[in-house]
Formats: sequence, structure tokens, C-alpha cells
Amino acid sequence: MSPETVSSPRYVRHGSNAGQPLTRRDGVLKVTGRATYAADNHPEGMLYAVMAGSRIARGRVVSLNVAAAKAHRGVVEVLTPENRPPLAHDPDQKMPPFGFRVEVLQDDTVRYVNQPVAMVIAETLEAATEGATLLDPQYDVEEARTGLESGERFQAEAVGVGAPPRTAYGDIEAGLAQAARVTEVDYVTPAQYHNAMETHAVVAEWDGDHVTLDMPNQAMALSAASYAAYFGIPVENVLIRSPFLGGGFGSKAILNGPQLLAIIAARMLRRPVKLALARTQMFGPVGHRGGTWQKLRIGTDGEGRLTALHHHALAETSTFDEFIEPSASVSLTLYASPAILVEHEGLRLNVGTPGPMRAPGAASGSVALEAAMDEAAEANGMDPLEFRLANYAETEPGTGRPFSSKALRECYAEGAKRFGWSGRPLEPRRMRDENGFLVGWGMGTAFFHCPHFPAEARATLRADGTALVETGGADMGQGAWTALAQIGAEALGLDPEQVEIHSGLSSLPDGGVAGGSAHTASAGLALHNAGEDAIGKLSELATADPASPLFGAGNIGVVARGGRLYRLDDETRGESYAEILTRAGRREVVGTAKAARDPAVTEAYAMFSHGAVFAEVKVDPDLGQVRVSRLVGAFAAGRIINPRLVRSQYYGGMIWGISFALHEEAITDKRTGRIMNADLAGYHVPVNADVPSVEAILIPEEDAHVNPLGVKGVGEIAITGTVGAIANAVWHATGVRVRRFPIHIEDLLVG
Amino acid sequence: MNRFDYVRPASVAEAVAAGSEPGSAFLGAGTNLLDLMKVGVARPGRVIDVTRLPGLDRIEWLPDGGVRIGAMVRNSDLAYDERFSRSFPAVAEALLSGASAQLRNAATVGGNLMQHTRCAYFHDLASACNRRVPGSGCDALEGENRLHAVLGWSEHCIATHPSDFCVPLVALDAVVEVEGPHGAREIAIDRLHALPGATPEQETALAPGELIVALRLPADAAAFSRNARYLKLRERTSYAFAVVSAAAMLEVEGGTILRARVALGGVAAKPWRAPEAEAALEGAAPTAQAFAKAAGLALAEAQPSGDNAFKIELARRIVARALTLASEGTPAAMPALPASPFSTKIGANHVA
Amino acid sequence: MSLSISLAINGQPLDVALDDPRVTLLDLLRERLFLTGTKKGCDRGQCGACTVLVDGRRINSCLALAASLDRAEITTIEGLAEGETLHPVQAAFIAHDGFQCGYCTPGQIMSAVGLILEGHAGDDPERVRELMSGNICRCAAYKGITEAVLEAQKAIADKSGAEQNRRDAA
Repeated sequence: MSPETVSSPRYVRHGSNAGQPLTRRDGVLKVTGRATYAADNHPEGMLYAVMAGSRIARGRVVSLNVAAAKAHRGVVEVLTPENRPPLAHDPDQKMPPFGFRVEVLQDDTVRYVNQPVAMVIAETLEAATEGATLLDPQYDVEEARTGLESGERFQAEAVGVGAPPRTAYGDIEAGLAQAARVTEVDYVTPAQYHNAMETHAVVAEWDGDHVTLDMPNQAMALSAASYAAYFGIPVENVLIRSPFLGGGFGSKAILNGPQLLAIIAARMLRRPVKLALARTQMFGPVGHRGGTWQKLRIGTDGEGRLTALHHHALAETSTFDEFIEPSASVSLTLYASPAILVEHEGLRLNVGTPGPMRAPGAASGSVALEAAMDEAAEANGMDPLEFRLANYAETEPGTGRPFSSKALRECYAEGAKRFGWSGRPLEPRRMRDENGFLVGWGMGTAFFHCPHFPAEARATLRADGTALVETGGADMGQGAWTALAQIGAEALGLDPEQVEIHSGLSSLPDGGVAGGSAHTASAGLALHNAGEDAIGKLSELATADPASPLFGAGNIGVVARGGRLYRLDDETRGESYAEILTRAGRREVVGTAKAARDPAVTEAYAMFSHGAVFAEVKVDPDLGQVRVSRLVGAFAAGRIINPRLVRSQYYGGMIWGISFALHEEAITDKRTGRIMNADLAGYHVPVNADVPSVEAILIPEEDAHVNPLGVKGVGEIAITGTVGAIANAVWHATGVRVRRFPIHIEDLLVG
Repeated sequence: MNRFDYVRPASVAEAVAAGSEPGSAFLGAGTNLLDLMKVGVARPGRVIDVTRLPGLDRIEWLPDGGVRIGAMVRNSDLAYDERFSRSFPAVAEALLSGASAQLRNAATVGGNLMQHTRCAYFHDLASACNRRVPGSGCDALEGENRLHAVLGWSEHCIATHPSDFCVPLVALDAVVEVEGPHGAREIAIDRLHALPGATPEQETALAPGELIVALRLPADAAAFSRNARYLKLRERTSYAFAVVSAAAMLEVEGGTILRARVALGGVAAKPWRAPEAEAALEGAAPTAQAFAKAAGLALAEAQPSGDNAFKIELARRIVARALTLASEGTPAAMPALPASPFSTKIGANHVA
Repeated sequence: MSLSISLAINGQPLDVALDDPRVTLLDLLRERLFLTGTKKGCDRGQCGACTVLVDGRRINSCLALAASLDRAEITTIEGLAEGETLHPVQAAFIAHDGFQCGYCTPGQIMSAVGLILEGHAGDDPERVRELMSGNICRCAAYKGITEAVLEAQKAIADKSGAEQNRRDAA
């Protein structure tokens, strides 16, 4: 068993249950099939929409056989550039703040494969599907930019979400010149597609100029505002219902063409419309992690300390919009070096615009950095862990800012101990198991930044002693319902069982974006503050009421615990919330709050979750097949609200690391730009048999700065570190450095 | 998917009559046909459901010790049939290494034999494919062909056959029984699947309307039961098609190989029997040298069809490994990860 | 052309008139019978999200033509619990956190029920992992899934063992 995190007493407010490994609130709904995902809705009179996607990457659609599609029994309408109603916002203009340009049949231009070229709407799914086939688009094909050779390189103005493309500290060339050794390596990572199990779906129903959208959505308030802008209606006329998301991983935070088209179709036809993308259509219009080509130069002195760290990343984006994986930025954070240079370049390809995919930049950048650090450790004859400790950053490299908290040393120590790292031979190809398989051990450092999104919440204490907490958050599997209810209960001094949570609706107070591993902290802080507001109002009622044992305690203060308020100086005097409200003749008391991060904190501190991942792989010495036989990760992410859910996030992230290292890649035909494995048989993600053993250790960590809850993010960090750990373990097993991911069987056919 | 007429014949004769009409397709479980219909590769005007045909769902043991398997027997029922898996363990192992438990529960023996290539260009209607549209060309030739054929391919087609099941079957001289418009006939598995040559669209030896009704394994195929393995390399531990695979079966007596059977999967448009390798093993001692020599012979004619030269070396190695494992003896129980290298003891003879 | 088929779905007999032979079992359940617990993840037998039991065997409902299933008994996720009492597999999935987003979960659970009925895994986690590999979980809750299957299988065996003992004693 892993040790449970013990929360700092400082943060245990009102003696509630936050910190407990509660099972999921939505567990029963999910195991009985009663949890309703977008495509499970079926309003009266609903039509089915099926997208026709382009089969070319660049050119023009010259014809669509609309007549054939319409002649198919059940087909109601075909949406094409000819008849698509106008929008109030130009889809070729970015939608602020984070929106991309979208393809919604504005013209006949094709810029990537699977771009919508039409949408067929029919009475049945079968008819709509066949109608889309019968359209049989004909194209004027232009030569597509499909790879490093044919793409157009350009200097990006920003990477990720508005980050600078270039950051320099110290003199990199001087650092390299004075180095005893320079490790120079190139790494290539492939395009990857989110492929949440639930494809992007929407059921759109208009009522006049009001629209209700059942859709999986990681950013309801932003999306509602965007849809309002596209349709020229007030934002309050848009209701997004997203109680459950069948996975998001970043792909459901940003508007896309197909969903927008289905909403357009519903308005045009005055009937509800359902669209659920086919799996193959997930490869193009709904974002992906762009491929990268990275170069690292690591200078080390005679003692194995860094003298220079240069990380250059070329990252793909589309021909018409910019999202550049901020891969190289990982080198700004983890390892101390007097000189650091981080640079990004863009590569324009005929692909759908990439977007944030679980640990954007951090995942792809961490692979290169952690593998390169392993190569540098080897070059210096040092154990990889010892090498990382020798270069441990006590403050943020470059800026010198203190970390708000950093229990990375403890992660290294605990992870190494649990894994049994000591005794690892330095040389590769030295270990065999009893069956003769090559065995290798590798490690990597994990980290992820801690953004904070503005959020709002409401907390209602009811006269029956229960409470309702509300925020428009998104539970895409991370367990938001459960963790946020725990935070709400803590703030209200109640058991979680007494607290109902409403979430997943855009009409609720804005819960912010479920992204950046920031949802629990962001929406949680708003809930916490709303709870405090409600408790404050309740205490005002009590302390002003002569009939209350708390009368007159206003200046002394009260404490809320177990559904009762007590005098701070005399806990024999107290009464229940229900008593206070009932006597006041109130049905409820409502607390509201907004929460955001103090910009001064952002200035003052570097804020990251940290971790260390240790991997054991077994490799067939002749056949090259690899299996990750053990993964141990130790992570420090501030205060843990629910260790059961957090562990699941770490497992998921680590298995995404297996996927990155060994499985996932979009295979593009360079002539056409078509992805030749755009399905789940060809685009491999791990199956159960790929995961014999995964373990996550929760390292206690207090953080007094990151936010008043002390909560950091856990959703994305575990991919980082893991990919490098596996790649390094493969080297340790085989002696082969594979610098292009994923690692293939043939890469390991040596001898 | 196009609209089609759904027909459920009551007898094999009715099925054959219906299947002889142009544009007809026989439907087993549908695990391959429905998939192809969904992507538009198959657009039959008439679908003839043969799953309920009487008498095709039985495993019958023949008086001579051979076995006759009805075409509608489900893959999992065959693999878990106790006598079958004891008699033909490599076949059971191959079956259990294919697809997923759900697909094996549905997929029929006949359907497995008749499945089409997984070549991405065959599945992509926008690509040229001689197999799908004769004369249109082969976009795989200059395309993403890392996993394509290294044996028996032609400039017209470099696709591979995806079946695991068929690999040990071809090694064991299995025979299919066919009913057709012109009566019944038998076809050896080795002749059922065609190499592409200049006519890759001619995927099998079946004539229009012909329906596989049964699969037979001869009695002497059971002679290999003590030394029989199927080994399959995949890009994930399970639920993936073979990069390459091999079936190896030996009959060993007194330190000498009396008879050997070797076949490969994932290397050609058909399950690939390697008779030269078998001949070289017969009379030899079961040694690493003998296995390496046989593996070399099995791949002697191999040529990369694209970016896949590694598959030749990999196929050689997997043949040698499969023979090694077969010589060590059929495992007492089906391995937890059937056909996976990670289920096997690979022995001390493999030096890094 | 209309095809009539008779099914028993979660124990309830049902005559279905199909106006279109193309309807798969999955789309029949979801779009025409509104049993939306069964999920579509790939529609091509590549993910397992649509797993249901047909005549007691787990299959991918996306690759089964509804028309060909006349007289079949179908069990979906909606038919597993008895009233408010969860099936042991359902309870174990909650206890072991064998899911995150929950989308693949009905398929995982039906697959696990099928696996236990098949009885080929024993108490070997490696066999469970292999035999659950037809159900992809992108959230990657595989560790919890494997633990849940093993625990549920034991719970079911213990219960039927206890019932057998009672019968033997009687």
C-alpha cells in the first residue's frame, strides 16, 4: 500500500472530509448506464447529422452529388457552402480568447483531410450515413504539405497559449564552450490524436433564438459565449449541458467545425439535430498534438553539472492557424544551469489545427529532455538519478524565483526506494530475467505547471441541514463532482453526504476551464469561498439573534463543524445550521464567490507539481517486442483532496506515457496527407494487457502560496517523466537509444 | 452503408442459389463484412445471412481421428473445445491470439477464412487499390508500407492476409469443404487464398456463389500435438494484428525430428507455408542450428516490398523462436497471453 | 421492406419491426429502443465500448446486424442490477475506481460479466488483463478494472458456493 497523504492541519478547515478517498459520486450512474452523455439524448423530432469529410489535404471541392444524397430515402437536407446560413462571427477570424479559426463550409477550400465539406441530415442515422457517402465529392487537388520536407517553417509569435517562443538566460554558447562534455541529440515525436472514447457529439435544439446544446464540454462559459457570438444571440440564450464527458484530454475545450455545423443545421431545419463524429473523423477537425522535431545540447562540467541547456523545438501547426507545442519550455524549469536557451519554430502543414492535448508541450518536451538527460548522465558516467540530483534546481532556473513548494527530492527518494533503483548497473544490457528477457530500468522527472482559471460558485445552506454547491464545472473523468463536493463540504462544515453538487451546466456560476490540471484548484477555490460566504451569512444570522446561544459572538467568531456553528472561545455553546435557519424563518442562506489567483503570487513564485517516474521494461532480445513490466511514480502536488481519484489520474497519465513511448502515432501518407491509421485498430493505444503493474505514490506536500487551498494539479503531470523513463529503460535493457517515438520493434532488432 | 436486401436462407442449397446472384455477399457474424460495408469497401446489394443454416455449427470428430468443423462454429467455441485444443494446440493458440474475446465469440470459422486484408489502402476508398478496383494501381507500393508483404507479393499488390487462425491451418494441411452452384468440392487451405500476381482482386479460389460449409483437419495433424506453438509479434501486447507470426509444429522421436510443419503469418497475401524449412528439419536433431537453418530457408525468397526489410529478419527470428518453443513442448495449459513472446520461456540459448 | 424480429432484452420480450436492414444491434439499442447505456466508441469492433451479451456471450454490438439476431436474448448494462442492488461487477468497479470518464464502462462491465461466465481466466490477473483487452479505456483505468474483475469473480463464486452448500445441506 502506498502511504496516504496527510493534509497539513493548516488547511483542514472545519474538520470536514476533504482528503478522504471517497468513491465517485457518479459511480452508480456510470456503472448502471444511467449517466447520460451527449449522444444519449433524443429529443422529440430529432434528426441525425453525419459529416462528410474531405479526403484530400489541400485543394478545392469542385462537386458534390447533393442530388444523389437527397434522393436517398430518409435524407432531409444537405448542408454545403451553397446553402449554409450566414454566421454573425467570421469563422476565419479567431474567436477570443482561446478560439481557433474553424471550418464550417465558408467556401470550397480544403486545408486538411477530414475537414467538413458537407453535412447530411436525415431521419435516421443509417440514411444520413449513406447520404454522406453518396455525396462523392470531387476535388481539384493541390500538392499538400505533409511533413518536415514539404512543410513551411516559420517563426512563431507565441507558443502554447500565448507563451513566448524564445527565452534565454545566460550565455548559451559560452556555457557550451566551457563544458567538459556536450551531449547533442535530436528527438522526434509524432502527431497524436486525443481519441477520447466518446467522439465529439452534440444534440442541438433551438427554441426561437434560444438554443440548448447537449455536448461534452471542458469550457462551458467560454463555449457558450463563442456560440452566442457565432449565432448573434445573447450568451444567456445558450444553454450547454455537459453533465458527463466521455473523456476530453483537451480536445473538448475548443470549438470545432463539425459541432458548429450541426447546431447550424438544427436552426436551419427547426428540428433538433444529433451529430456524433465517426471515430475516423476524430483525426482532423477536433485538434491533436502536433509532431515535433527537437534538438537538445547539454553542456556538463567535470562534475556532471550543467553549464548550458539548449532546447530547440520545431512543432507542426496548420496552414491557417497557430498552435505550437511549447515543448522546449520544459527546459526552463527542472534543471539548474547558468545558461538556458529555449527556442521554438513552427512548421505549417496541411493538417487540422493542433491544440492542447493532455500536457501540451510538457509531454513532448519532457520526452526529449528526460531522454537527453539520460544520455548526458551516461556520457558523464553517472547514475541518472544522481545526475538529476546534481542538477537539482533549488530555485527556478533563470528567474531565480522560489518555488511555491517543491517536494521533488522526496519524490525521487520515495520512488527510487519503492522501485528498488539502487543497485542498478550503469551499463546497459546487463540485466536479464529468469526467462532470458532483457531487463532495463529507467527514470524521468515529472512536472507540470499550476495555472489557475477565474471561477465562480454558489453555496446554499438549507434549513434541513443539507447544502447545495454549484459551479459550472466539467467532470471528464477526473472526478470533479466528487472532489468539488468534498471541497464544498469542507467549506460548509458538512459531511460530503449532506452536500449536493450541481455542475456541468453553462447556466451555473462559471466553473472555469477544465484544463491545465487546474480545475480542482480553480473551481474548488470558488466553491470554498462561496462556502465561507454562506457560513459568514449564517453566522451573522446567529450572532444577531438573541435566542441563539451564539448571540453576540460576532466579534469573537464562530467555527463551523459537523453542521453546527460553535463559539470560537467556548465550544460548549453552539447550534445546528437547521436551528439557526428555522428560527430565522429562512429556507436557505446563499453564499456566492468569485475566485482568481492574485497576480502578485504569479510574479513571486514558480508553481509546479513535481514527480519522479521509474520504469522497468522487458525486451525480447531477438524479437524486439517491449513490455513495460513495472511503473512506479511518486508525485507531489500540494494538498490532495481525494487520494483515490488522484491515484487514478496518475495511473492514467503514466499509461498515456506508455502509449507515447511505445504505441501512439498518426501515420500520414506523405503524398496525400491522409492518415492511414485513422481508427482504433491502427492507431494503437494501450490495452489492459499492456499494463501489468503501475503504482503511484502520493508524496505529502504543503503549499502556502499556490492558492488558499494548497491544491496543485494532478491530471497531466504523470505523462511527463514517464515517456522518458520508459525510453531510458529501453536503452538500459538493449543499449539502443531510440530517438524517434514511438519506439518500434525494428528499432530494437540488433545483432 | 448502402441499403441492401437481407435474406435468410433455410438451407445451404438456398444460400448457394441466393449467393450466386451478382452483388450478393454471405454474412457470417459480420465482424469483417459489416466493417467493410461501413467504410464502403463492400456494397453488396444483397446480404445472405448464413449464420442459422442447419448443421454448420458442429465440431464432429471423424472415425479416422480427423475433425470436421462447421463453418459457423464460433472462433472461441473452437479454441476452447477441450479435445480440439488438446489435439491441435497451435490452432487454438492462434485463435486465442486473434482480435478480442468479444470478436472471437462472434466470428465464425468460415468468416475467419474469408477475411480480407487490413491494408489501409484497401480500406481507403480515395486510394488506388488493385485488389479493390482492378487496374486502379497500388498506392501502398510507394506509401506507408512498413507492415506490408515480404513474400509472394507483386507490383500489383503488397497486402498481407491478417488471419492468425489460417497460419497453423495451412501448416496442417487443412481442407475446406465448399458448396456451390456446381455442387460440392474441397479446397486445400494452401490453395484457398491467392497470391496477388496480376489479379489481386481474385482473393480466394472460391467461385461466385460458393460457400464454405466446413473445415477439416486430417487425423495426422494431431500427431504434432506435443510440440506445437503459434507465436505472434504485435505492436501492443494484445488486440492487434501480427507484425509477423509463425506456427511451428514438430514430431520428435528419439532426438530426431520425424516431421516438421512451419508457416508464417503477416508476411504475404496468404498464410505462408514453408515446405523447404520443413524438409530441412526432417531427420535433423532439434537444435538451434537446425532451427536457424530452417528459418533461413523459410525466408529465402523474401524481398522487401517497401519500407519493410526488417520484417524479413524478424520473420526469420520468429520462425526460429517458434521452432525452439515447439521443441520445448506444448505448454500444459494455454499461456495467459496466447502466442505472445511474453508468455514464453525463451531459454538460455539466446545470448545478447 | 420491413423485417420483424423478436428479441428478449434484459428479460423483456420485444417484437421489433425494422424498416431498414442496415441497423446494427448497437444502433437499435441506442437510437430506436433508447437503451443508451451501451456506448459507441468506434462502431467497428475496435474498442469494446458497445459490448453486450447475446445469448449469454459478450460480443461487439456494433458489428452485429440486428436483423440477424432474431430470437436472441440480449443483456445490456441496464439489465444488470436488480433494482437498486448492483451486480457484483458493478459494485467492484466502483470500489476499485475501475473507470474515470465512464464512457467505456458499460462495455467494460458487460465484458467482465461475459469473462466471468466464460470461466477461462481463473484467478490469474494476467489472464484477466488479456481477456479484457478487447475493451479500450482511454482514461486507462486498467489497474482498477483488473482488480474489480478479480474481486467480482470471487464474490460471485463465493455466493454460488454458499448457495450450493445450502442446497447440499438441505
